[in-house]
This record gives sequence, C-alpha cells and structure tokens, in this order.
Amino acid sequence: MLSREITFAKSINEATDQIMAKREEVYLIGLGSPDPKGIFGTTSGLQEKYGKERVMDMPVSENAMMGIIIGSAILGMRPIYTHQRADFFFLALDQLINNGSKWHYMFGAQASVPIVIRLIIGRGWGQGPQHSQSLHSVLAHFPGLKVLMPSSAYDAKGLLIAAVEDSNPVVFIEHRWLHNIKGNVPKEIYSIPIGKANILKEGKDVTIVASSHMSLEAWRAIEFLNEFNVSAEIIDLRSIVPLDKVTIFDSVKKTGRLLVLDNDWKFCGIAGEIIATVCENCFDNLKTSPRRLTYPDRLIPTSWSLSNFYYPIVEDIVAETLDLLGKENEAKIFKDKSYQKKVSMPLDVPDSSFTGPF
Amino acid sequence: MSGKMDQKTRLNLFNTLLRIRLTEQRIAKNYSQQKMRCPVHLSVGQEAVAVGVCSQLLDSDYLISTHRAHAHFLAKGGDLKSLISEICGKSSGCSRGRGGSMHLIDLNKGILGTTPIVGGSMPIAVGAAFKVALKNENRLVVLFFGEGSTEEGVWAECLNFASLKKLPILFICENNFFSVYSPLEVRQSQERDRVKIAEAHGLFSKKENGNDLEKVVELAKAGIDHIKQGLGPVYLEFDTYRHLEHCGPNEDDHLNYRDPEITNFWKNNCPLNIYQKKLLNLNLLNSSLIEEMKDKINKELDEAFDSVDRESMPVFKEAEEEIYAK
Repeated sequence: MLSREITFAKSINEATDQIMAKREEVYLIGLGSPDPKGIFGTTSGLQEKYGKERVMDMPVSENAMMGIIIGSAILGMRPIYTHQRADFFFLALDQLINNGSKWHYMFGAQASVPIVIRLIIGRGWGQGPQHSQSLHSVLAHFPGLKVLMPSSAYDAKGLLIAAVEDSNPVVFIEHRWLHNIKGNVPKEIYSIPIGKANILKEGKDVTIVASSHMSLEAWRAIEFLNEFNVSAEIIDLRSIVPLDKVTIFDSVKKTGRLLVLDNDWKFCGIAGEIIATVCENCFDNLKTSPRRLTYPDRLIPTSWSLSNFYYPIVEDIVAETLDLLGKENEAKIFKDKSYQKKVSMPLDVPDSSFTGPF
Repeated sequence: MSGKMDQKTRLNLFNTLLRIRLTEQRIAKNYSQQKMRCPVHLSVGQEAVAVGVCSQLLDSDYLISTHRAHAHFLAKGGDLKSLISEICGKSSGCSRGRGGSMHLIDLNKGILGTTPIVGGSMPIAVGAAFKVALKNENRLVVLFFGEGSTEEGVWAECLNFASLKKLPILFICENNFFSVYSPLEVRQSQERDRVKIAEAHGLFSKKENGNDLEKVVELAKAGIDHIKQGLGPVYLEFDTYRHLEHCGPNEDDHLNYRDPEITNFWKNNCPLNIYQKKLLNLNLLNSSLIEEMKDKINKELDEAFDSVDRESMPVFKEAEEEIYAK
C-alpha cells in the first residue's frame, strides 16, 4: 500500500472523491460544499469533478434537508450531508432522531437509511458558545445511530469510506483542530472497521481512553509521562457508537487504572458512560477509582483569556495521570505549568498557521 | 370532466370509499376488545381525498402520510390484512408489529412510510421525489398531511426545496379545521392563505371541497398533468371533516369543542353520502347493489379479523437484532 503524508482535511476530501467514484449512489450535499474554501478543504474540487447533480449546495433549511436526505436514502441513495459546525445541526435533530435513527426498525426492517452526516467541532479563535459544541454524547444516546470520531488522517479516510458503505445513519464528527494535522495515508481506497478502537501506544500503568482531538493531546502527553517512568496505554476510540468495550476492558484488566478524556461537557457525557461500563465489568481489576478529564459544565467564553481556562491542555492530562498514580508532587508541578500557560498567552489556535477567522 | 367517467370507474370509486368506511368502522367497533393496543386515528369522514387522489396514481408512484393514514393506505392498494395485523401488533403486520397504526408501509404499492410527528414525514416525501428527479424516474410522489402541518416551519422549507428543484410531488393538504381539540382560529390568522403561500413558492396551488369525490379526482388530474409537463410541484388543499375523535374509536361531539351545526352539516354531506346520492341519481347504483358491495366487504373484514386472531405475536429476541440494517 503506497502511503504518503497528507492532511486530515485532504484525507476526507480523498475519501469522498474515491467513494463517489466507486458508488454512483453517493452524493454530497451541504451549505457551502461547492464553495471556494471547500469546507476547510474537505470538499474542494469535488463539484468540478462530479458536477452539480452529485455535489450540491442547499437552502438554509437544516431540518427539511435532513429529512430530504433520509427520503432519498430509503430509496437507495447514499448521501453525505455536511455542516460547517456541529452547532448548526441541532435544527436537524427531529428528522435524524425521529425518522433517521428509527426508520429501519419501526417499519420492520423493510427499509434502511444509509446516510453519513459530517459535523465539525469548532474551537479557538473566539468561536464562542454557539460555534464550538460537539454532539457526540447526545447522539450516542439514541439507538439506531453510529457515531465516529477519527483522530488521524489515516482514520479519517478509512472511517469515512466505511461510514458511506454502512447501511445505517452514521454521524462522522471532525475536530477543527485536526483538519491541518498530517499523517500517512494510503493512496488507494480502503476502509477501517466501525466499532474497533485503536491502541495508539501500549502500556502497563494506566489506561487513557480518548477520541478525536483529545487522542492527539494524549499522544503529546506521552513524552512527559515517560520522564516519570509512567507507562500509559493510550486507546483511541475511533467509534463512540458502537463502542469497543472489549479493547477498553482488556486494557483496564491489565493496568487497573483508567482515565477517560473527552471533548465535551462532563455531566452526562460519554466519559461517564465509559467509566460506568468499566465499573460494571472490571470492578475487581481496578486499583483506584476511574477518572475523567473533560470540559467543565459551563459555556465556552469567546475571549481567549477566559477560554484558556475552559479546554484541558497537555499539561492537564499529564497532571491528572500523575495524580491518578499517586505522584502528587509531580502532578502539582504540571498543574502550575498549566496555570502559567493559561494566564500568559492565547491558547486559541492549534498552531501558528491558524490565523482565523474560523 | 366528471361526465367523462365511465360506469365501471364510478362503481369502483364508490366501492373503494365504502371499503375504507366499513374498515374504519369495524376497527372502531372491535377496538374495545383490546386486541388493537395502539393509538388509532381514524379517517371516517375524510375518505374522498384519499380515494380521489390515489385513483389517479400507479403502484409505482410513491405515497407518504401521517398518523391518519388508514384511508391513504387502503386507497393506494395497501394490503388490508397486513394493516389489521399491524394494528393488532402481530409479526405478520405490515411493519412486523414494530410500528402499529402510526407507522404503515407497503412497498409493493409504493407506500414508503407513515409517521405521526406533525410535519415529520413531509421532507421524507420531498426526499423521495428528489431521488426520483435525480434518477429521472417516471414516477410521482404524493404526500398527505393536515392543515396543522402547514404551521410547522418544515412545510415552508419543503415547498421551497420542491420548487427549487421542480420536484414531481403532490402536496395534498386535508383541512379538517381541527388539530386535536384546537380549532383553526387559534392556530392560524384569518389572513393566512395556505394556497397563496404555496403559490408564492412557485407551486401550482388550488383548493377544493374534499368531500366531493369527483371534484377531488378532477383536481388531482389537473395537478398530475402539471407535474407530468415538467412544470414542478403541486399543492392541493381539500376541506373535509373527521367524524370521530382525533384519536380513538368514539364520537366526541358531546365534548362540544366543535359547533354542532357545522358538524352535522359535514356528517350529512360526508363523501359516502354525496357520492351514493349522485350514483343513485345516475342509476348506476341501487340498494341491492350497495348491499352486495357491503356484504362482500364485511366478509373480507370478518376473514381478516378472524385470521389475525390466529396469527402470532412477534418473539422478543427477534426485536433485538433489527436496530441496525446489515
């Protein structure tokens, strides 16, 4: 398999291109999908290649369009429905949840809804409360949906292709701060099984479960943890629903310690679900109480001096892990480092290339 | 126009009306046996819209409707036995016992699905029409809904998209003046003209008395012609009236939320009364022919209900496997 380095955004573009070439029932629709900016580069060039009948813009009617997409899918189309932000998608929930997730079941398995919905989690550059939410915990709650959160360019391409080929409604959630990261991606078409987590790094002292951008942050924590001889096993979920419980349980049975990271509010978030299921199934293997590191249960401010204190950063992950392992003094060092960073500079961009506006 | 309809067609139409009426009345009558354990929203009094519109459709045309869909289901040719079985929760029901009266399907007759969230099934129908248009299929899509659905934002969104893409879809509104107990006057301003709203979106848009079957047929034909000429979607609104309560087998006029004079007018001028009178006057019908038709339908209903009793309930473990399609 010939691999080369491309960005996460480009890998989504490539996945879309290749699956559209392979299957003529696939069409792409979303506000701005033919735009010059191509939804952060993820849809660039596709309308030129496939034409207006397969790559479409749409009226600003998120709810009707969700139902329309479902209506086309029950008759065999395989639409990919994109949104520039997850926050815009709330309007479409009635159609997705009352119709999309239930249509196959409530009509006695006589029809299916093979749709993919792409959502983008915003962050940074003053996105504010209405441009930075994620819906994965909310949507994971409804039976009938599948929810994916790739953390790498390789996973993004493989999971998007798997999502389109799946006969069910799949929500594919991208993080804005992952679009520019690069990774090795095979040139040809391939898919990754849905519902199988990826062990980013093996370890024996603690299991860190993460997804999406948090998996990247967990990865960055490794070098600091190594300095303290902490061997962390990092699990990147890839799929929120179906959840790969086997991989999580096997890991916790080995390490006895669990830290769950999540790009979402704490209360009723997916991190709580993971901890609950681990406690139900691996209680005797736990050496200490499981923990989670998530957003606080409040809203995301716009000004950087405030939003700095909203998002957990690498130093917070390191501090939490060290603390979980009883290394309180070392944890405090990282807590202080974290605080210093948060009070002194804007942490509202993923890297220096990001100059806004969204 | 109505003079062009031949005897056979007229008798068929009458028979279809009668069959729906007797089926709904039988469901109402048997409901207290507690074998039909789901909400039923009966179409008694509203049959002509379903029969008139569906008489102009083929099996290959698609139909989508709402919670009050029994008439649409039967008028489109949906299987009667599978309807009764579904309402009784049997695995031989059209939705294998998973949907009940509010979620009907019969793909052999183009009935794609019916759902009870007000306005919820509208964009599904538009989506079906979208697929038909994308694939250049020679088909129509018909969507039935009540006037309450037009208060949902999604109606305007659907009109806009259907018009933008010139979709082959008939939006059929049955205005029965009530949304459960809420009269039209508390829900829509008197100035609100639904026909004009649809027209303002670019649709061919007309209104008619929904209890006069041949008028429904005429207007449906005109609407379908419009679509077949590639001129885009159509909105047809029909005034009608439900005889029974919003949900359930009983009359509820004693609750006095509807003006008794108006109710009596509509009941006396129900689709069956009007058409029966017309065909009697034309000597196409007589009382013995009507009795013959009723006997045949009642026998069909007897058999359907008897056989349903012998059918099995769905087994619990099956249900676990069908959340996801393979």
